[in-house]
Amino acid sequence: MQRDSAWQPSADLATLRARAALLAKVREFFAARQVLEVDTPLLAQYGVTDPHLENLTVRLSPQGPLYYLQTSPEYAMKRLLAAGSGSIYQLGKVFRSDEQSRRHNPEFTMLEWYREGFSVADLLDEIDQLLQTTVDAKPLKQQRYQDLFVEKLGVDPLAVDAVAQLKRVLLTKPELADWATAEDDLDTLLDGTMAFLIEPTLPHDTPLAVTHYPASQAALAMLDPEQPEVALRFEVFYRGVELANGYQELTDAGEQARRFVQDNQRRAQLGKPGRDGDLRLLAALQHGLPNCAGVALGFDRLLMAWLAREHISQVLPFAIDRA
Amino acid sequence: MANYSTNEFKAGLKIMQDGEPCAIVENEMVKPGKGQAFNRVKIRKLISGKVVEKTFKSGDSVEGADVIDVDMAYLYNDGEFWHFMNGESFEQIAADEKAVGDAMKWLVEQDECTLTLWNGNPISVTPPNFVELEITETDPGLKGDTAGTGGKPATLSTGAVVRVPLFVQIGEVIKVDTRTGEYVSRAQK
Repeated sequence: MQRDSAWQPSADLATLRARAALLAKVREFFAARQVLEVDTPLLAQYGVTDPHLENLTVRLSPQGPLYYLQTSPEYAMKRLLAAGSGSIYQLGKVFRSDEQSRRHNPEFTMLEWYREGFSVADLLDEIDQLLQTTVDAKPLKQQRYQDLFVEKLGVDPLAVDAVAQLKRVLLTKPELADWATAEDDLDTLLDGTMAFLIEPTLPHDTPLAVTHYPASQAALAMLDPEQPEVALRFEVFYRGVELANGYQELTDAGEQARRFVQDNQRRAQLGKPGRDGDLRLLAALQHGLPNCAGVALGFDRLLMAWLAREHISQVLPFAIDRA
Repeated sequence: MANYSTNEFKAGLKIMQDGEPCAIVENEMVKPGKGQAFNRVKIRKLISGKVVEKTFKSGDSVEGADVIDVDMAYLYNDGEFWHFMNGESFEQIAADEKAVGDAMKWLVEQDECTLTLWNGNPISVTPPNFVELEITETDPGLKGDTAGTGGKPATLSTGAVVRVPLFVQIGEVIKVDTRTGEYVSRAQK
């Protein structure tokens, strides 16, 4: 029986019509703001160095060179910005290896946009408008990462003894003790605390932007010039899911090169293979990336939030098990 | 026994946890866009039967448990052990009271049961879904009540007590659903 019905779509047809309507609304939103739509390649020479992201790879021919399916259009979009494109957005597929769950599909639709001259505050305003316009969300709230940890758990993630403080709260939960007992890595403890102790307590019906992530989790964000222990990076949480991740974009080529090296050191620590840093991105930054803020937002999750669906397969024409 | 990485986790996989063989009931990946991924797993401990939640860092590995299910016919109880036999190899296995547990009240000689073995030793016994047992004790009940609305308790030859319709009498063989402990029908003669 199950085998027989596997040809059918994962999402019902009413949902697919809503999906098309939401794609159209998003494009309208950016057209009205004169943000240029781009579609950069999904197959590229370089993958991503991020320690916690893995590219799927493809050979261009059986003996040909290895190419990387992009986990986000970030590098190519930054090269366009450096070439003078002005503000741009991309609404299309991206691929991530090893990601499959209620909220993950290895192939999914990403809305990513970069605003020239914007600060993170300007970009959060625009995200707020996008969420209100397209999915009738309530106004976006904001809270700093440090304040959120203090408010929810009485733990200061930036303190010198943050590792001890985080372990103390994690070890109060027996189901977390197995890994937390032996864990002394600050970032792993921060990620576990966020995922298991904070995310489940975030407001469900109001989108929340968590801002000023610790500098060790800066990814491709600029550090805060006023408080260099934090980065100008934010994430938006809405209806129980992580919806978007954004930065005041790093424009310094030297710093970008150092982040590639740090990422690979981290990958080595985690027992993961190294990845070459994208030299074309570095060359573009050397040429000059205009000051900009950018954000990547999971389109399928936006649709899930709008329609109150619990599983990503309910909003995809064919989820991976039927692809 | 082989180790399993968290990315091999799926429902039904048998792993060792807290010194006890466990079956994974549910496995969910918790993955931030940037940052360490985790697996949130519900496991059933196969000896105590307890269901507990565990979390693992994705990429970590855990020891597998050598747990298999085998179908064996129930032979007899010697007062201490319940003996089962593999119909093909004629190999016999004795299970103690802890392993047999609640299944003991549904064991009928020659019935095919499922034994769960850990390192070759029985840790649980699952009776067939339906068994036929004789009523050894029940109230005579009311004549003419064929609708069986009220029902009455009846003790079966194994000591199990089930609710049966009023028209069923001592000496009759009835069919019982072992998963719910409920009367199904009179046995086919």
